[in-house]
Amino acid sequence: MRSRLIAFAAIAASATATVPLVAQTPPQPKSAADGIAEYRKMLEDGNPAELFEAKGEDLWKTARGPKNATLEACDLGLGPGVVKGAWAQLPRYFPDTKKVQDLESRLLSCMQSLQGFDAAEIAATPFDKGEQATVTALAAWISSLSRGMKMALPQKHPEEKRAYELGKRAFFYRGGPMDFSCASCHGEAGKRIRLQDLPDLTKNPGDGVGFAAWPAYRVSSGEMWSMQRRLNDCFRQQRFPYPGFASDATIALGVYMGVNAKGAESIAPAIKR
Amino acid sequence: MPDPMRIRAQAAGDKTTVRVLMSHEMETGLRKDPAGKTIPAWFIQEVTAQLNGKPVLTAEWGPSVSKNPFLQFIVKGAKAGDKIAVTWRDNRGETRTDEATVS
Repeated sequence: MRSRLIAFAAIAASATATVPLVAQTPPQPKSAADGIAEYRKMLEDGNPAELFEAKGEDLWKTARGPKNATLEACDLGLGPGVVKGAWAQLPRYFPDTKKVQDLESRLLSCMQSLQGFDAAEIAATPFDKGEQATVTALAAWISSLSRGMKMALPQKHPEEKRAYELGKRAFFYRGGPMDFSCASCHGEAGKRIRLQDLPDLTKNPGDGVGFAAWPAYRVSSGEMWSMQRRLNDCFRQQRFPYPGFASDATIALGVYMGVNAKGAESIAPAIKR
Repeated sequence: MPDPMRIRAQAAGDKTTVRVLMSHEMETGLRKDPAGKTIPAWFIQEVTAQLNGKPVLTAEWGPSVSKNPFLQFIVKGAKAGDKIAVTWRDNRGETRTDEATVS
């Protein structure tokens, strides 16, 4: 705590000291984006997402549910039990469920088939309550094992290609009382809401931005958010009915954003304002 | 049983930087739930840190500290292999202690 105060004081002091020297050319004002970047940098060392990672790892290895089984046999796309790197290749097609699934929907499948939970019931549970909190913690831990890897969603299977096209349509689909689409805010570079820069999600927005930054810990609300929850809030901001947790539409949007972000380095679970 | 803390302690020369993440709701007692009822206050009141069993920091906290708080401090004279223990106690009397090794 004290060292932060000192850091603040140092910044303030250096700012006043340099002003007279550059009086000829006014100093570049610090943009809102710089300020936010600085704030994130200071918080990086103490990202509470770590607490959720620890919880998630525990939940993965603990025998739970009506069948009293662990999730260690869960196939996240790289083989049963392989977690490292799995997140950078999700959503993808799974032959056993014959569906394209993102991390959260895949976890629901595993929790149902291995542990005996009711996937539909979990999907209908409010965020942060009951087994929804389990899914979020698991997502935090699983994504952390792909940190620093590059997004590489497979697009070989016809269903994966179909999901991409579906996601693209959903992304550009305008509707709701404000006639918004995802593309209204995320369709070109340089847009923002209030002080938040909005990534252009129709192409690779860069390392650790957009799809490659979620799940993330929201400091303002003290909550861990998975991509599904992020999308839920996007729909809410559009005043658009939420298609439902782990619904085909949200997964397709994930495929669209994930494939576009190919090559972007993952920083998930990230920290957000 | 409260969730564990995450403690990292990194020595650089004479100084060791200790970073602690605590898992706690930190309710202020001022918020209301959807039914309009006040959510009772629930926050960490006291934090202590010990280096090899010797107290090096005590802090009194209140409801203005954030949820899942992060604490960083520098302690002099710790060497690699030393034990740093951090304890918190909240207003419900619950307490949690975790230990880390200085690296």
